[in-house]
Amino acid sequence: MGVADWRKRWGLGKDKSMTESTNNDMIIARDVHKWYGQFHALRGVSLDVKRGEVLVIFGPSGSGKSTFIRTINRLEEHQRGQIIVDGIELTNDIRNIEAIRMEVGMVFQSFNLFPHLTVMQNITLAPTWVRKWSRGQAEEKARELLKRVGIPEQATKYPGQLSGGQQQRVAIARALAMQPKIMLFDEPTSALDPEMIKEVLDVMTDLAKSGMTMLVVTHEMGFARSVAHRLVFFDAGNIVEQGTPEKIFSSPSEERTKKFLSQILN
Amino acid sequence: MQSQTIPDTLKPPATSVGVLGWLRKNLFSTWFNALLTFFALYVIYVLVSGVWNFVVTTDWGVITANLRLFMVGRYPMEQTWRVQASVSLFAFLLGASWAIWRGIARSAAILLAAVFFTALVLPFALNDRLWMAGNLALIGVGFAAGYFTRARRVLVWAWLASLPIIALLLYGVGGLPRVATDLWGGLLLTLALSVVGIAASFPLGVLLAVGRQSTYPAMRVFCIGYIELVRGVPLITVLFMMQIMLPLFLPEGVTVESVVRAMVAFVLFTAAYVAEVVRGGLQAIPRGQMEAARALGLNGILTLLLIVLPQALRLTIPAMVGQFISLFKDTSLVAIVGLLDLAGIASAAANQPDFLGRQAEVYLFIALIYFVFSTAMSYGSRRLEKTLGVGER
Repeated sequence: MGVADWRKRWGLGKDKSMTESTNNDMIIARDVHKWYGQFHALRGVSLDVKRGEVLVIFGPSGSGKSTFIRTINRLEEHQRGQIIVDGIELTNDIRNIEAIRMEVGMVFQSFNLFPHLTVMQNITLAPTWVRKWSRGQAEEKARELLKRVGIPEQATKYPGQLSGGQQQRVAIARALAMQPKIMLFDEPTSALDPEMIKEVLDVMTDLAKSGMTMLVVTHEMGFARSVAHRLVFFDAGNIVEQGTPEKIFSSPSEERTKKFLSQILN
Repeated sequence: MQSQTIPDTLKPPATSVGVLGWLRKNLFSTWFNALLTFFALYVIYVLVSGVWNFVVTTDWGVITANLRLFMVGRYPMEQTWRVQASVSLFAFLLGASWAIWRGIARSAAILLAAVFFTALVLPFALNDRLWMAGNLALIGVGFAAGYFTRARRVLVWAWLASLPIIALLLYGVGGLPRVATDLWGGLLLTLALSVVGIAASFPLGVLLAVGRQSTYPAMRVFCIGYIELVRGVPLITVLFMMQIMLPLFLPEGVTVESVVRAMVAFVLFTAAYVAEVVRGGLQAIPRGQMEAARALGLNGILTLLLIVLPQALRLTIPAMVGQFISLFKDTSLVAIVGLLDLAGIASAAANQPDFLGRQAEVYLFIALIYFVFSTAMSYGSRRLEKTLGVGER
């Protein structure tokens, strides 16, 4: 199957800008800094992400990798530098922030489904209130996405009645219902039991084939090796090294990368 | 082979289940507990038989002679039909809610029907009995209407409209003669103060709680100041302030009825407590919920209305209802500022020359009324919690 078919499979529709040769940068980050009080969490991160690229970001805890992807949809504010998402710069202008949030989907470590709403309501909430779709249209889309993530029969249940793996797949469907151009994954499998990790990674692998631009913070190195186009290693608030999976796994150039990889691979 | 068959599950031993098992475990587990059980049974017997003997032998004349006062105070005799019509409207709506929502509405309707049914047995005038029987019929008619139409939306609007309709009907609008609130009394006044107090303090309290979390410093400081000020003074001073000080601030010629001033006092007072209860609920919602909502593109107001408040308010139901029950009982303080609510009527009735020394009967009677309403509210809150707890994580 070609990318167009995969896009159709995920109900993402035709992406007009895919045929345009200009503006192929989905995310441009330049010298991004972030402080928590006195703590310097991001220290001048610069990163460009092309349309359709799948990035895996990894590194020790506290290295700023989660903080960085959370600056992309402004869940965290950066205090210096520049972030441009799909041609829109993130500033304090609330309209820009909301425009960007409509284009950027996010999946969290702790799922963060809305426990008082059914699976169906979780997925249709944002499309109906933000995109102003009709209820019928939103529900049709939701059913299609639930089928894609493999749990079409759970629509009327509440999140509390599902397993962790199922909840995370609902969370992915919920983010995709807004038809985002970029998907951010913040340690999506860290809170899951081993046998549920695979079902979530399978869905993500499937999604990557549709040409979705994805930034994934994870330590699932099997996923990184087989799906990612580029690996980015974070340490102490900055990017230490990046490259193709083959290069990073076989011959990392930095000592810190080597050390970290040997720790998590054994 | 057969002797080696192991059943999948074993039945628990007979001594640990059933009535006997329960008795054994809870009442007679040791000889000391058995002793306590017998002692407690004896105390219960003494209390219940004492109260029972009092209830069946004493003269309830003070209640029957003053029943009108206890129910509606000095509300004019020839206008009492307006109170009765209000109750009938309520009975009808409750019947319809029973059919459509079941749950709490069902319990409330059955309670109301039980009250009317009991009253039918008591020696009331024929007219009153006809009205009571009519209300029983109206609950049935409402049920049928709800059952066959299934008009959920209409019912919600009818409930929302019923409050102003009843208020206007009782106060007088259009061709109806005005009945100033100074004439309202007894249970009517107690309920008017409570219902208005609850209905108005709830939204005000939620607004104060949200304002307290606001990012605008002026708003936050105002809300914190208000909440702390009100919580720092006793209810009785707020009531006196409203009664005595408010007229000083109003321009010449503008007067606000005493009952309305008391209502405002209750609303302002309870709102501060509701705000603190709601704040507790808001703080219990994990950050991730807000983040997920914002990440989906929902703005601040939608996040609050669709994600945060529904969860926070559900968490606060027990504390909130506790607050409302205490408001209901605190309305008895208006007797101190000269209004004749249920408690005010009680002390007036106990001082009538014909019924001197009949305090016990009077206060037992109003205690029963307060008890029935408070227990109904608390039962309702538990039912509501259960209903809304569907799919709790």
